[in-house]
Amino acid sequence: MTTTLLLQVVVSGLLLGAVYALFSSGLSLIWGMMNVVNFAHGEFVMLGMYTAVVVWTALGGGPWASVPIAAILIATLGVLAYFLLVRHIMRGPMLAQILGTFGLALFLRYGALWVFGANFKTLPDDLVGHSFILGGIRFEGSRVLAGVVGLVVTVLLHLLLTRTSIGSRMLAVSEDATAAQLMGIRPQRMQALAWALAGAATGIAGALIATFFYTSPTVGETLAIVAFVTVALGGFGSVMGALVAGLLIGVVESLSAFLIGPVYKDVIVYAAFVLVLWFRPQGLMGTN
Amino acid sequence: MTARRLLQIALVVVVLAYPIVTAGSPVWQRLGALVLLAAISASAWNIVGGYAGQVSVGHAVFFGIGAYSAVVAFVHLDLPPILGAPLGMLVSVAVAAVIGVPTLRLSGHYFSMATIAVGELVRVLSSTSDWLGGAQGLGGPAMPRTVFDLSFVSAMPYYYIFLAVLAGVLGLTWWIERGRMGFYLRAIKDSERAARSLGVSAGRYKLYAYMLSAAFTSVAGSLYLCMFGFVDPESGFGILLSVKILVMAALGGAGQLFGPLVGALILVPLEELSNSLLGGQGAGITFVVYGAIIVIIARFLPSGLLSLLERRPNAPTKAAPVNPSPASGHAD
Repeated sequence: MTTTLLLQVVVSGLLLGAVYALFSSGLSLIWGMMNVVNFAHGEFVMLGMYTAVVVWTALGGGPWASVPIAAILIATLGVLAYFLLVRHIMRGPMLAQILGTFGLALFLRYGALWVFGANFKTLPDDLVGHSFILGGIRFEGSRVLAGVVGLVVTVLLHLLLTRTSIGSRMLAVSEDATAAQLMGIRPQRMQALAWALAGAATGIAGALIATFFYTSPTVGETLAIVAFVTVALGGFGSVMGALVAGLLIGVVESLSAFLIGPVYKDVIVYAAFVLVLWFRPQGLMGTN
Repeated sequence: MTARRLLQIALVVVVLAYPIVTAGSPVWQRLGALVLLAAISASAWNIVGGYAGQVSVGHAVFFGIGAYSAVVAFVHLDLPPILGAPLGMLVSVAVAAVIGVPTLRLSGHYFSMATIAVGELVRVLSSTSDWLGGAQGLGGPAMPRTVFDLSFVSAMPYYYIFLAVLAGVLGLTWWIERGRMGFYLRAIKDSERAARSLGVSAGRYKLYAYMLSAAFTSVAGSLYLCMFGFVDPESGFGILLSVKILVMAALGGAGQLFGPLVGALILVPLEELSNSLLGGQGAGITFVVYGAIIVIIARFLPSGLLSLLERRPNAPTKAAPVNPSPASGHAD
């Protein structure tokens, strides 16, 4: 009985963790590639969530429609952010980088508040099939979809970055932009591509999260911290690291919510974050 | 030179006379006091964030400690709130040491993110503490009992109290800036490795700067409580507060004596103005504008507004050499 319950908690933690992994891999990619921390990353997720809400309320479309739309919209947002802002501040003082992306975060967060209002929005429970029971464990359709898609897209992103020529070109730019340029690679194109990929991953994750979680303008704040923890844990720039760390954090969160109490799940995660930064600033799997 | 001296005297007179000139308008008086209060916390942040280049995004921890110390002095000890200020300073310095010893070893973004995490940790923990009033927060004296409660209807007394404290913080910053510690901090900001190799005990001086900064941020929190009479986890420890403190300093010019004051002079009236023009309905727009201004400043004036004043005669094209970037601080 208790074993089943515990298993239930672990499984839902893993499903949640796969989505965490997906949006964190976007942050990790940007960070690893150009040493810029996007403090507006949580807002990118939030806008992905609102995309799902709008697609449902305006068009009546489920995640099959909202996921691709969110991917395209947030990828566009990422590219715009890169060309209009990040490209100019990435060589400046670190404070200007923090200032720039924080300003963007405020702009997007309160823009959403203005447009959508402060009320929490939720999508209907049965939007993604009904829940089913397998081996004594209850699976909710929306969470299963989110977990599976999260896992698949994260792995695809990892393969794209490590097994294709475009991935090698991006790696070349991240290691030495000037040398890459001499080899005929255009650094700005690769960096813009990184923002597009990160935006797409984040948008997909947002649209998936919206199917089982409330959407509000400030939801990005919490999610951004989850992403920071995941990236710090997984190692900066590593998508595979983000996957393992995301799954781990999902499980830790649901276990601590179950064993200690829901309020303390954030406390455990933040404390884990501080400890990891303290003892292994390069991440659990990072090499440095 | 004399023209400059005259300008300085004129500025001092304006600052001192401001509440008297605006005596007929409580709104303007209040605005003046709010600018000074914001300038206190931003100037305190500037010591560690600007001069030492350690970008803390968790200074609300100390602001909150100051505010909660003041309200705890009233609620649990039945003292005037301001007597909590020294307590808050002590607690803040201690907490700064506890946070700083491990996190100041981190460089660049890593330090910033660790301070965010610590800030959120403290906020969540404070909202679970019944002794601190939980998520509802705690209120100061409903009616002033004596003058020591520092609870005034008019904003004029606050203006002068805040002005005196700000003068103290700026005076101390000026003294540090010109002394040995100031040179050490700037050296650490430019290149910690180089500073270390020249014999600066970087870790120790960063920690001193952090603790000093924490103490004064805490004072700002205590003063905030005296004026507003209420604090909850969001207004005391919220991440938005940490961001505002940082943004004000960076907007005016981080690492410059008057940078934070200039930032406060622009952002506080902007916030108050858009709040009053747009009312509760437009609360979102305030921060949309806020965000847009911050983005524009970061994009076009990465070293703050005061960098406009100090164009050097033969400065090369852009800001790069004039403003040594602390970029060397990360990826070590």
